[in-house]
Amino acid sequence: MSATTGRRLRVVVAKPGLDGHDRGAKIIARALRDAGMEVIYTGLHQTPDQIVETVIQEDADAVGLSILSGAHMTLVPRVVELLSEQQADDVVVIVGGTIPGDDVVSLKQLGVDEVFTPGAATEAIVEFIEASCGRRARMPV
Amino acid sequence: MTSIVDHVPVSFEQWQAAYGLTPERDAPFSTMSAVPIKPLYTERDLPAEPDRSIGLPGQFPFTRGVYPSMYRGRLWTMRQFAGFGTAEETNERFRYLLEHGQTGLSTAFDMPSLMGHDSDHPRSLGEVGREGVAIDTVDDMETLFGGIPLDEVTVSMTINAPAAIMLAFYVVAAERRGIASEALGGTIQTDILKEYIAQKEWCFPVDPAMRLVTDMIEWCSQHMPRWHPVSISGYHIREAGSTAAQELAFTLKDGLTYVEHAIARGVDVDDFAPRLSFFFNAQIDFFEEIAKYRAARRIWARELRDTFGARKPESWRMRFHTQTAGVSLTAQQPLNNIVRTAIEALAGVLGGTQSLHTNSFDEALALPTEEAVRIALRTQQIIAHETGVVNTIDPLGGAYFVESLTDRMEELCYEYFDRIDQLGGMVEAVKSGFPQREIADASFELQTEIEDGRRIVVGVNAFTEGDDSGTPILRIDPALERKQIERLSAAKSDRDSAALERAFTGLRAAAAGRQNLMPVLLEAARARASEGEIVEALQEVWGDYREQPAF
Repeated sequence: MSATTGRRLRVVVAKPGLDGHDRGAKIIARALRDAGMEVIYTGLHQTPDQIVETVIQEDADAVGLSILSGAHMTLVPRVVELLSEQQADDVVVIVGGTIPGDDVVSLKQLGVDEVFTPGAATEAIVEFIEASCGRRARMPV
Repeated sequence: MTSIVDHVPVSFEQWQAAYGLTPERDAPFSTMSAVPIKPLYTERDLPAEPDRSIGLPGQFPFTRGVYPSMYRGRLWTMRQFAGFGTAEETNERFRYLLEHGQTGLSTAFDMPSLMGHDSDHPRSLGEVGREGVAIDTVDDMETLFGGIPLDEVTVSMTINAPAAIMLAFYVVAAERRGIASEALGGTIQTDILKEYIAQKEWCFPVDPAMRLVTDMIEWCSQHMPRWHPVSISGYHIREAGSTAAQELAFTLKDGLTYVEHAIARGVDVDDFAPRLSFFFNAQIDFFEEIAKYRAARRIWARELRDTFGARKPESWRMRFHTQTAGVSLTAQQPLNNIVRTAIEALAGVLGGTQSLHTNSFDEALALPTEEAVRIALRTQQIIAHETGVVNTIDPLGGAYFVESLTDRMEELCYEYFDRIDQLGGMVEAVKSGFPQREIADASFELQTEIEDGRRIVVGVNAFTEGDDSGTPILRIDPALERKQIERLSAAKSDRDSAALERAFTGLRAAAAGRQNLMPVLLEAARARASEGEIVEALQEVWGDYREQPAF
């Protein structure tokens, strides 16, 4: 539940880039839905522009980017940038996939809230989104 | 007085009574695909007619192997999948692997190549050469195999939606070196049905994509006698989260669907069936995997002979490549992956595989380093030369448990065949999303078992340690993307525009008509048309494909 609006949390689960490995994205989407969130799954092969457009249109609280193609250092910063251009910096951004440790650090510096690598429990992801969206909502504007 | 537990059981019933008095551990006594496993298998579990269902190696129904001598005649081909950066970097890795005793080549293409985009396409940004090698034109293909004797080494190419285009590039690259298509041996994956089901790299709608596959099968049956035009693949279906039985059923049904289409085209089943090959996953549930391979051979042989009327024994033989399960690798305690891979590889060998790729321990983190790849190759060499498992054919044949589980796999497979037939066959089932949903459900179920702790993954939900960092990983230089785009633009600026124009006119006309597309694709390759240009020309005629997203 969002602290500001009292509505259910809305989360976009997106697959940026060309990789078709959607097992993780679908599992996360289901787990978030089972945890009571409204989940919008974009489907495959999305450009950063398409993803940000969906986030804005759906008025999402968070976006999860699932990427296993190694293109994360190009595509993820672009999503963060576009969100910022749209004054949507308050959207919680999480990334999941095969992301090397050094890149996790870089992505967080660029504004990604958390990165989940293989083996992460869906419960941890649910808790992170709930906690982050709550925290964001309490921050003064 | 002694209890029944202390007695030496003298009959099955006494054993059963003794077992019943022993408390069982709290563990799921089932395969990772949720097939229940009994505490003991005996001769009561063997098939009713073992001579018919088990038989001998090289003999119908090939449960014990496709060849009479199996690994006593020839070991499996050790074929490590490789590809990254531009054709030059991958060519270097190929030569490295051949120098270290690898016996065949296997090409991984990057995402833009798999999706039919050139390296300079806006959607290729950040993806060029990342997950495989970037191939845009026949020039890249020529560089990729430079200095490698293409008439001696067999080459495998993992590409599907644009497979016909890549095959045309390969044939023309060999032609430039004076090697005829008839002399080329190898495999191109081409299995488009499993793309819609699992791997999700497509270019065209299902029906024209099926036509392209059929065109290749037909053309190869006339011009490439040593080539496997389709490698019907369960690997990706399993990686996407299917059970072993789903992998078996969906893969075999895909294969039978290609057979139906080729026969409908008028090709004699015995002219192409011997050149169909398969590609399966080797997951960590050891016996389930072995049973899966044995069942697969038996079902394929029976269907080809009895349903499709193939007369040549070569048409009945299901030969397959195996790759250990990428999805079984963990980012945590990555060295444990060497052990997992060894066990999975052993299952492939005991299941009678014809070729094998072993994953590298660092692949849950990135593409593998040279050291990690070498250990993976050494794992195969240790199985082949140290363990002794190759000394006899199908060493597990006749084992009560293995034969019983093989039968069970077969039953589960036919149950899926029936459900698919009720939906109007595999093409219709794929369009309706049936296998896609079955896989998503199975994958969610397995994940739930892991998260509930019912199923243990060492280092992930049990026996965990703190910090796992410190594994060196392969970094792909971002400059390679620019280098590839420059190669492409150099190739594009040095072409005979009249020849190119003729090639595209021919291509569009052929796509709109019914003739086999391979000859016009070869013309386009010779005119140095790029992959993206060819795909876009075909999409103008056929359209593209969009999946209805569902989870």
